[in-house]
Amino acid sequence: MIHVSSLTKRYGALVAVDDVSFDVAPGELFVLLGPNGAGKTTTVEILEGLRKADDGTTIVLDAPAGSRAISSSVGVMPQESDLYAGIKTAEALRLFASFYDDPEDPDALMERFDLDRVRKTNYRRLSGGEKRRLSLAIAIVGRPKVVFLDEPTAGMDVEGRATTWSIVDELKQRGTTIMLTTHLLDEAERVADRVGILHRGKLVALGSPSQLTSGRSTELTFSGDADVDTEALGAAIGARVARAAKGVYRVANMPPTPRLVSDVTKWFASRDLLVRRLDVGPRSLEEFYLEVTR
Amino acid sequence: MKRVLAQAKVELILTLRRGESMLVTIGIPVGILAFFSLVDVLPHGSGKAVDFLVPGVLALSVISSAMTSLGIATGFERHAGVLRRLGTTPLGRGGLLAAKCIALLATVVVQVIAVVVVGYLLGWKPHGDPLLAAGLVVLGVLVFAALGFLLAGRLRAETNLAAANGLFLVFLLLGGIVVSMSKLPSGIASFSRALPAEPLATSLRDALGGSAVPIRALVTLAIWAVATSLVAVATFRWD
Repeated sequence: MIHVSSLTKRYGALVAVDDVSFDVAPGELFVLLGPNGAGKTTTVEILEGLRKADDGTTIVLDAPAGSRAISSSVGVMPQESDLYAGIKTAEALRLFASFYDDPEDPDALMERFDLDRVRKTNYRRLSGGEKRRLSLAIAIVGRPKVVFLDEPTAGMDVEGRATTWSIVDELKQRGTTIMLTTHLLDEAERVADRVGILHRGKLVALGSPSQLTSGRSTELTFSGDADVDTEALGAAIGARVARAAKGVYRVANMPPTPRLVSDVTKWFASRDLLVRRLDVGPRSLEEFYLEVTR
Repeated sequence: MKRVLAQAKVELILTLRRGESMLVTIGIPVGILAFFSLVDVLPHGSGKAVDFLVPGVLALSVISSAMTSLGIATGFERHAGVLRRLGTTPLGRGGLLAAKCIALLATVVVQVIAVVVVGYLLGWKPHGDPLLAAGLVVLGVLVFAALGFLLAGRLRAETNLAAANGLFLVFLLLGGIVVSMSKLPSGIASFSRALPAEPLATSLRDALGGSAVPIRALVTLAIWAVATSLVAVATFRWD
C-alpha cells in the first residue's frame, strides 16, 4: 500500500531523512516514532506529496506519492495547517466533502467529532482541540483508502484524544491503511501493528511493538533516585549498570536471576536507599525507544 | 469542474465576509469616485470630473481586487497552510487557482456594476465601446492578479500585506487615476507610464471616451501580463 525505499531528503547541509526504507501493508496501522527533528514530518509530507524527495522511491497505492491520480483515495491531516480564518466549521467540512465522489455525510461527521456546537463558528474562534478535530474530520471525509495523520493528538485534551483513537480504530476496522506519527509511546504501543523509529533521519528500528520489546532477552530494570552510583552498584553485583532514563536503570548483559534481584535490593538496603520499582519483564516500548534514540 | 465551482463559491463568500476586502474593493474606489466628483479639488484637466474619474476608478477597482485583496488573502492562506492542504485534495493546485480566478472575476463584475451605477448617478456620460472596455478590464485583471500572486507566493504574509497596500497607493497616485498625468513632473510621468496602472487607466479612459486606445498602453500591459505571470509561476511557493 505504501512503499518507501532509500528515501533521502536534505535541507542544505542537514540530512533530514537519511536512506529510509519501509513498507506498509494494506489495512495496516503503521506508527512512525522519533524525537522532534528526527524526520517524521518530512517523511510523511513527502508521502503526502507536500515535499519532494531528493532521492529514493515513494509509492502510495501503486502510484508515485503525491500524484493527482491517487488524491481522491488519500486523506491527509498535516501537523501544522490552518484553514481560512473566516470559514465556518460546517462550510469547511462541506467544501472538502464536495471534492470527493462519495464523501461521508458532513453532518454525521460533525456529530461524531463533537463539532456540532461550533458548526456555525468561524475557524479563527475554534479552540486548538476543535481545530485539530475538524482537521481530522477533513482528512477522512472522502472515505480514503490511505490516511496520513501527522501528530493527530497534539494539542488535544483527554476527551479529544479518546475520540481520535476511537476514530482511528473505526478506520482500521474498515480496512483503511493508516500511517501516523506521534510522540505518545504508550498510545503507539497500544494501537500500532508496526512501529518505525526514526532518529536523526535514520530508521533505527522497525517491527511490531512486541517484536521490538520482547524479541531480545529480558533484563532487570529498576528505578530509584536520580543519582544512584551505577559504578559502585555494578562492582557490587558484578555486571554493568546502565542509566536508561532519569532515575531508571537497567542491568546490562545479565539475565534477571533471583540472585541478581536479591543482590540489587541488598545493595540498596545497605545504603538505606529505596528501590521504587523493579521489573524483570520484557522492556516497554518506551525503554526500547529511549535506548535506540539516545 | 464541480469541485472548482464549490471552491470558487467559498472563495467569493469569504471575500464578501471580510470587511477589509469590501473596504478596499468597493468602499475606497466608490468613495474616491463620489468624493472627487462632488468636491472639485482635483487637477484633472478639462471636462467634467466624473467623466475623468470613472475609467480611472474602474482601473483602481481592478487593482484593488486582483492585486490587493486577492494577493493579501492568498499570502495569509499560504502562511496558514491552506493552500498546501487544498493542493493535496482532488481539487488540486490547478483547481484552486481556477477557483480563485472565477471568484475574482465575479468580484470584478460586482465592482464594475457599483462604479458604473454610482457614475451614472453622478452624471457620467460614456460614449465609447463597452466591449473594448470589458476586454481591457480582463487584461487588467490578468496583470494585477499575476502581480498579487507574485508577491503572495514569495513574501512573508505581513510583508506582502504592506507591499500590496503600498503598491495600491503608488498606483492610485501615479496611475493617472485621480491625478491627470499632465500634472505630474515629466520624469515621474515617464516612470509611471512604464508601470501597469497608468496604461490600464488611460486605455480605459480612451475606450470609454470614444478615442482610439494607444498601442503604447496595450503593449505595456501585455508585457506586464506575460512577465508577471511567468515570474509568478516560476517563483510561487505553496507553503
